[in-house]
Amino acid sequence: MSFGRVPRKEDARFVRGRGRFVDDIALPGMLHAAVLRSPHARARIVAVDTLAAESHPLVRAVITGEQLAERGLAWMPTLSADVQAVLATDEVRYQGQEVAFVVAETRYAARDALALIDVEYAPLPAVVDARHALDADAPRVRDKPDNHVFDWEAGDAAATDAAFAAAEHVSACDLVYPRVHPAPLETCGIVADHDPITEKLTVWATAQAPHAHRVLLSRVTGIPERRIRIVAPDIGGGFGNKVGLYPAYVCAVVATQLVGAPVKWVEDRSENLMATAFARDYHMRGEIAATHDGRITALRVRVLADHGAFNATAQPSRFPAGFFHTFTGSYDVPAAHCRVTGVHTNKAPGGVAYACSFRVTEASYLVERLVDVLAFDLGLDPAELRMRNLLRPEQFPYRCATGWEYDSGDYPRTLALALEKVGYEELRKEQAARRTTGDGPLLGIGISFFTEAVGAGPRALMDIAGLGMADGAQLRVHPSGSAVLAVSCMSQGQGHETTFAQLVAHELGIGVDEVEVVQGDTERTPFGLGTYGSRSTPVSGAATVVAARKVRERARLVAAAMLEVAPQDLEWVAGRFQVRGVPGTGASFREIAMAAHSDLELPDGVEGHLDAAAVYNPPNLTFPCGAYVCVVEVDAGTGQVAVRRFVAVDDCGVRINPTIVEGQIHGGLADGVGMALMELIAFDATGNHLGASFMDYLLPTALECPMWELGETVTPSPHHPVGAKGVGESATVGSPAAVVNAVLDAIGVRHADMPLTPAQVWRAGQGRPLRPDLAIGTESTGGGP
Amino acid sequence: MTEVRVVVNGRVERRDVEPRLLLVHLLRDELGLTGTHWGCDTSNCGACVVWLDDVPVKSCTVLAAMADGHTVRTVEGLAPPGGLDPVQRAFIDCHGLQCGFCTPAMLLTARWLLDHTPDPTEEEIRTAIAGITCRCTGYANIVKAIQQAAS
Repeated sequence: MSFGRVPRKEDARFVRGRGRFVDDIALPGMLHAAVLRSPHARARIVAVDTLAAESHPLVRAVITGEQLAERGLAWMPTLSADVQAVLATDEVRYQGQEVAFVVAETRYAARDALALIDVEYAPLPAVVDARHALDADAPRVRDKPDNHVFDWEAGDAAATDAAFAAAEHVSACDLVYPRVHPAPLETCGIVADHDPITEKLTVWATAQAPHAHRVLLSRVTGIPERRIRIVAPDIGGGFGNKVGLYPAYVCAVVATQLVGAPVKWVEDRSENLMATAFARDYHMRGEIAATHDGRITALRVRVLADHGAFNATAQPSRFPAGFFHTFTGSYDVPAAHCRVTGVHTNKAPGGVAYACSFRVTEASYLVERLVDVLAFDLGLDPAELRMRNLLRPEQFPYRCATGWEYDSGDYPRTLALALEKVGYEELRKEQAARRTTGDGPLLGIGISFFTEAVGAGPRALMDIAGLGMADGAQLRVHPSGSAVLAVSCMSQGQGHETTFAQLVAHELGIGVDEVEVVQGDTERTPFGLGTYGSRSTPVSGAATVVAARKVRERARLVAAAMLEVAPQDLEWVAGRFQVRGVPGTGASFREIAMAAHSDLELPDGVEGHLDAAAVYNPPNLTFPCGAYVCVVEVDAGTGQVAVRRFVAVDDCGVRINPTIVEGQIHGGLADGVGMALMELIAFDATGNHLGASFMDYLLPTALECPMWELGETVTPSPHHPVGAKGVGESATVGSPAAVVNAVLDAIGVRHADMPLTPAQVWRAGQGRPLRPDLAIGTESTGGGP
Repeated sequence: MTEVRVVVNGRVERRDVEPRLLLVHLLRDELGLTGTHWGCDTSNCGACVVWLDDVPVKSCTVLAAMADGHTVRTVEGLAPPGGLDPVQRAFIDCHGLQCGFCTPAMLLTARWLLDHTPDPTEEEIRTAIAGITCRCTGYANIVKAIQQAAS
């Protein structure tokens, strides 16, 4: 059995500082690049004067939008059928947008030269508040009649309206899931090296999806794919931030062609926070219909989605709002409908990032907040209300009102385990006692029950930029029986080198140490869409198992020849093919591997060697779930929140490496604490970005995080080859609502928007919470109906 | 240009550098010690922590020239070649790292803490690493690793 708590193969290099990240790459003659960015949210570019910068003794090239336009490269396609400016030519459309690209002999000289570029701007009024983006007099972000991006709906509107008309009770709430940022600790970067003789382009980049990057880069630059090699070295966290192709990557490729030397560009933290893929920015109005005793009968949701200046969300083409229509969550809701409208604003593009599982995060937050609002309005216990409405095990596979087919789960057991683990009844008693005596800080208990939807996807339904979401795996077996697995996914810290080796070892009966895993190099790995949306284990993991099972079936034929029996007389037992009914007669995988490469005579039609490949096209998504309970203490005087406990019971199906799975959950829980309490990308009224450094964009530290208390239930996915479901984003999806519910429970407030900073908590306690997305003192409605 | 002489991981290094060169860039770009990382511009993330004369500092906020005549210890100098310091061993055992980007800074800070406080409380550990951001682990396994290294 190779599943289990195997130590990670990748740790040996990381603890010695021997990881190799993109900024660690130094090539002979390598030049350094820097990007000049717009100081305005919206302005017309009157003139760009680069003469002084070009005269800098260490500067080798200054590239402007005009120069790119001459090459037809001023604009590039986004992942969402829109276009995005590589370098602005006519107008800048958000603060931080790329305007010019400088290449110099040193890192510092490149930055110096930025100050020598003189850009004359004519500032224009900007669209900052998404709620006014469609006003008749709103400035136009793009050269289009209005700022409308898309309308999209899911579910049955008529049935839902009828259910609301007949409802005994309706609760409604306005919620903002504010703009946040994945902010991986390593920023995005690239080293581009074009060989003018072979015309071959080699790119080292922080790429979660190297093969997709190659296709996109080829489409943008016209360099054929066969001459592009993308290498993703070690990646210092991704969380969706490193899925897409950024303008400066294209500039770096143009620059290396122009100057004939390798060019490195690594963004700084402000660039990362201002210009790369943000997350969320969903303005939601949710309505929940129920009986008086809290039986949910319908959900209706209206969403305004802020997509920024260019529609560059990284998600399946058919789903402009991602998988937001998972908003019925974990409950048996007979009728549901959502309508989502996307708009342009003068803000950075992006939108699907930060471990969001294609907007399941927003959906899960919405429904888990609405259920708590319903409990508040009906005076019911939120745990009891959830228990009354959770899907029951016998309902699986379950088709929800918006069309998803959930694969498996035992939701009541998962919730019961979490409540038991946290000591829910005792906590409620303690809370009541504290309220009576007024002693100590306010105690709050928040619950969230999430259903994830990961492992995209069935390729007939899901593609990104026209590339179907199936992934390949290639397994080569050596004469000694050791193996090399090559996969299309790319770790950003998730431990693929270990987990995927465990999958092969499990299937072939060899040691985990006997399997090497190759990833992140388009010349050494098969095609596939890469790692995001928690899809590595559900898709690439499945491809790996299918390839390994093909190897095993080849091994059966070779073993039959070795043992001079019919293949069907052999059975696979503990890493050996054993002759049925003849104990002790068989061959180990190692012996078979040697024979497969030897002079053993094989029957007609049986090829030698044991290599195999597979492409896995998932039949459905997988649906992990979990029950989270957060316990907070709130200082009523200051609004300061302390997370005292956090119990997380996750069901992600079969756990290949429980230690790695738990690590993934820990990280996502910290994300949830961060988003709920402190993380925010806000803008002022003129579109100035107010979260452009880690002094302003606050991330949780060790002091804000408790010792996470984990539990598990295991309901295997019926369609994944080993029953695994994926877990990378579960906790990021599930935890924000638990934290928010806990804080609001502590202060007895129906709703206030994230982040629940001390100021926001204090104001919420006074009945005057703020709208988080606008920093200039705009009071929200308090989420009231 | 200004000459700096720094003893890095026990080796004397001399370089002529720009007066404005940051210590993190001296280590990474001039000396090739890429185990020290850079993650922000504002001394918040702590990925660049090294020891300067036996005290952890954020090397993005120290000029190389300020290190002239001083000693620096980086993650590459945490253990002899092939060996592992107990904190390195414990981070592996406790899954105290994922992407590995904050890890060198965490290890150097943990080593310093344990040198001065051999049996730290959980709160002392959390306070010691509060200046370093980890986006992957949620900190719990880092705390456990430091506890294990202490024992």
